[in-house]
Amino acid sequence: MRISVDWLKSLLPVPDDAATLADRLTMAGLEVDALESAAPGFTGVIVARIESCEPHPDADRLRVCRVRGGNGAIQVVCGAANARSGLRAALALPGAMLPDNREIRISSVRGVESNGMLCSARELGLGDDASGLLELTEDAVPGQDLREYLGLDDQLIEVDLTPNRGDCLGMLGVAREVSALTGVDLHFPMPAAVPPVIEAGVHIRLEAPAACPRYVGRVIRGVDTSAATPMWMQERLRRAGIRSLGPVVDVTNYVMLELGQPMHAFDRDCIDGGIVVRLARPGESLELLNGDTVDLTPETLVIADHRRPVALAGIMGGEGSAVTGSTRDILLESAFFAPAAVAGRARGYGLHTDSSHRFERGVDPALQVVAAERATALILEIAGGEPGSVVEAVEATNLPSPRRVRLRASRIRHLLGMAIPQETVEGVLGRLGLGVQGGPDEWQVEVPAYRFDITIEADLIEELARVHGYDRIPERHPATPVTVAPQPEARVSLSRIRQYLVARGFHEVVNYAFVDRRSQELLDPDWTPVPLANPLSVELAVMRTSLLPGLLGSLRRNQNRQQERLRLFETGLRFRGTLDDLEQDPVLAGVIAGSAEPEQWGVARRTVDFFDLKGVVEGLADLRGAGPALQYTAQPHPALHPGQSARIDDGERACGWLGALHPRVERELDLQGPVFVFEMALGAVQTGEVPRYAGLSRFPSIRRDLALVVDDGVPEAQIRTAIRRSAGEILQKIVLFDVYRGKGVAEGARSLGIGLILQDFSRTLTDGECDDAVARVVADLERDFGARLRG
Amino acid sequence: MTIDHAERLEDLIAAARREVEQAADLRALDAVRVAYLGKKGRLTERLKALGQLPAEERPAAGQAINQAKQEVREAIDLRRQALDAKALDDRLAADRVDVTLPGRGERPGGLHPVTRTLERMESLFASMGFRVAEGPEIEDDYHNFEALNIPAHHPARAMHDTFYFDATRLLRTHTSPVQIRVMENEGVPVRVIAPGRVYRCDSDMTHTPMFHQVEGLLVDEGISFADLKGALHDFAREFFEKDLAVRFRPSYFPFTEPSAEMDVQCVHCGGDGCRVCGRSGWLEVLGCGMVHPRVFEYCGVDSERYTGYAFGMGVERLTMLRYGVDDLRIFFENDLQFLQQFR
Repeated sequence: MRISVDWLKSLLPVPDDAATLADRLTMAGLEVDALESAAPGFTGVIVARIESCEPHPDADRLRVCRVRGGNGAIQVVCGAANARSGLRAALALPGAMLPDNREIRISSVRGVESNGMLCSARELGLGDDASGLLELTEDAVPGQDLREYLGLDDQLIEVDLTPNRGDCLGMLGVAREVSALTGVDLHFPMPAAVPPVIEAGVHIRLEAPAACPRYVGRVIRGVDTSAATPMWMQERLRRAGIRSLGPVVDVTNYVMLELGQPMHAFDRDCIDGGIVVRLARPGESLELLNGDTVDLTPETLVIADHRRPVALAGIMGGEGSAVTGSTRDILLESAFFAPAAVAGRARGYGLHTDSSHRFERGVDPALQVVAAERATALILEIAGGEPGSVVEAVEATNLPSPRRVRLRASRIRHLLGMAIPQETVEGVLGRLGLGVQGGPDEWQVEVPAYRFDITIEADLIEELARVHGYDRIPERHPATPVTVAPQPEARVSLSRIRQYLVARGFHEVVNYAFVDRRSQELLDPDWTPVPLANPLSVELAVMRTSLLPGLLGSLRRNQNRQQERLRLFETGLRFRGTLDDLEQDPVLAGVIAGSAEPEQWGVARRTVDFFDLKGVVEGLADLRGAGPALQYTAQPHPALHPGQSARIDDGERACGWLGALHPRVERELDLQGPVFVFEMALGAVQTGEVPRYAGLSRFPSIRRDLALVVDDGVPEAQIRTAIRRSAGEILQKIVLFDVYRGKGVAEGARSLGIGLILQDFSRTLTDGECDDAVARVVADLERDFGARLRG
Repeated sequence: MTIDHAERLEDLIAAARREVEQAADLRALDAVRVAYLGKKGRLTERLKALGQLPAEERPAAGQAINQAKQEVREAIDLRRQALDAKALDDRLAADRVDVTLPGRGERPGGLHPVTRTLERMESLFASMGFRVAEGPEIEDDYHNFEALNIPAHHPARAMHDTFYFDATRLLRTHTSPVQIRVMENEGVPVRVIAPGRVYRCDSDMTHTPMFHQVEGLLVDEGISFADLKGALHDFAREFFEKDLAVRFRPSYFPFTEPSAEMDVQCVHCGGDGCRVCGRSGWLEVLGCGMVHPRVFEYCGVDSERYTGYAFGMGVERLTMLRYGVDDLRIFFENDLQFLQQFR
């Protein structure tokens, strides 16, 4: 809503300058987006009348005009097509400065002297129209300064109204608000009734009275639609951002701006019979004023004549019944459409109009007759015509009625943390147009129907607070909570997990939770992703079932930006299942590629491999504490290298994957491989144990190293489990220090260098005990796995 | 074997001392030691030859020889220490490194700046007694809108460009549904924040289809707007680590009444007006208000007995203000050059 300060001042004596007023509105919840001048700066432009208009002797398109601008006539050369004798136009005199900082001088145009310039609206910054001269109306007095004539030294306040304040979508409502904020009284004389002079009615039938409980129509015959809209009205429309479209439409728009009541005018001759306000019927369609034809849905309220729909109620009129240049008789519409009947409908048709905007938020249900009278008076004044009587169809039971709301002083104190004096309560509510009875502890407040946003006590308290000033409410500082929040120590915090990965050189990334279907299918084909009904693009069309598509996208983008060594991780939800059976689980995923170590002068470059990332994952598992370790089992995964992919299990439950990306997938995703990834359920990483002290041994430990030759197919983890079982309690630790294949070891086998660290809690182990333990281990491994000591 | 008894012991010591001094390294020194003190060393031989002396001379001569051995041994020890020290010095000199060369090994990565801000917010609110609550990102219409007093076709829905899956399921457009879930599941009193991702069907210079919010909810007996003002002003001051002025402007959210927006004094210009604050001197940072009685009604909370406040703030917005980031979209490009600035 754009408010002209001059217009507002014509309704009540505003005590503030524009900037102060703007600040006051913002602090009352009518947020000001911009404060600007009604017109750009220019000087030396006056009203002038073209006395004569002759062809230029030397140029086909130019005219030589005699122009009177007060005393005496001057000669001006002009190229505008609408320059004609008798026209009142804007004349920039020599010395005038235009908005583009152009100075007008006496010049010679193809040998003819020109003593100024006749201006278009665009040249004066008063609109986009550059097709011809800005045409002024008959009331413009030649010689008058144009700025003064048009009242251009006005300020415009652009207010971003919240949807609850539909009552401020008209100047009358804004004035009421300003009155409440400044304490200045508003005296707005309600427009007087214009008596009918002809017998012309219209039949109106309300078939959907809940949606449209009041419809006012009035016929005016013999309207001159070629009449010019007065400049003052054109200017007020322009400042509100509305183009002048002829006197009838201009008046309906003007009344909407003034009173907040959207109106419409039909060509009476295009209405077959009378008006029926009803829901659209199956199969009906309507060509709208904007040229679009829409198929009407059955929940759409329409204005119909006795044959067909002629307007989308409260949204837009139909092309077939529009007022045109040849219209003589009009039918004015001034109706109340219930917000619920209009809300969402315009959007459903891809429309948003000044009218739908207001009806969705609520128009004063008492205003329809007043608005019709006001529009009639203005039309008669501008375009003449003979009005018929005002025809009102009303279903009063469906009209919003004034409400009574109880207000307690104790509740004000309770909700705001501050008492408001009785006289302030009554003064503020009174100036807002609310009826106040009772006090000082409790009031009955009568809320007019146009305040759709006030229905309960809290709404009244908000009104009081915002007019009185939120800044007057004290600040109270939080008291210490009386309860202590639980802090389960066994749970590994997300923050610790992140810090661990950061310490290991990872950067955290954040990607959108929706991804493109193709990379989703490539990386996690076992799950069908849930698609969005209205995605922004195909790249953001389905919900991720894994973090890998996003994470690998980040990898690619950085590889494309010459980043060679990358270590990235992400946490977030993945969405698996169907809408009716959906798991939204937090997961943790990471990716590495490029050099294993940061490039350094003393370290030979090595490309990352499986075990670089496995070490990171094992470290993650270490954060869980001393409980059972995670297990890694070789298992193929559609997106991973068949020989380098492991399922990660937490006891009986699979909790993630670790592996090299399949080279085919790397190629598809345009990645520079090898790339290693992991993804784990965050819950598994976070499930830890509180440490439990196990004592320290004061006796020396003994290390025995073995070189065992084992069949290649035996996973090392099984060997380790077997060793632990065989060696018994004195085994403190196993170190795998070598894995060797090649000369000296048979094909299909490998040699494992294993160190056993043995220690007892109560005494020093003897060589004999250690020998026995090692012998047990070797014997068991030989029996179970065919392992042999390497000779 | 003949021993030159005529050679004076003093000369022998002097010769040994000379040779010790001349020994350039430990090996040469050891050769001197062997030559004088070894099994066949010159002083050892003298001692062996004692027997050839008359008995009455032996004690004195023996003592003199032992004295000489002692002197030579001490000289050798001193020289060895000196040579040891020199050898160590030489070795250390050879081991000198250029201490300005870069070190080795992994360097820390970094948290995403949004996470950094979220963690900071969580810890500030934790110190005020708020615990973290979470909710699903794929929400239903009821929790995202209806229970928050935003019925179908409410104009406020137009402000939330919603991603839908079907008629009733959607991506949450704000973290406010967590308010509803927490009150449904745990009742009141309650004091939580709900950080998380939210989604709007909007993408341009200043909008991304996904962003982060932190929702807050405090419900108890006797909670007023004054408590809201105090808590949020405290938060803003500690978050920005500046004693910033704040102001509360009336606003509208269907789920709070009264509703407000909180502005902080521009962190960039201190309130004088600049590009960051659009010359107003104020930065809008959050929306808040007293929980609407209808929301309490949906959650089965007695709104006469309990009152509460709720707030919601944009994490990216606070991150941008805190770190001077001027492009929203850069948060989700995950460019290492950007991320590395937030170690």
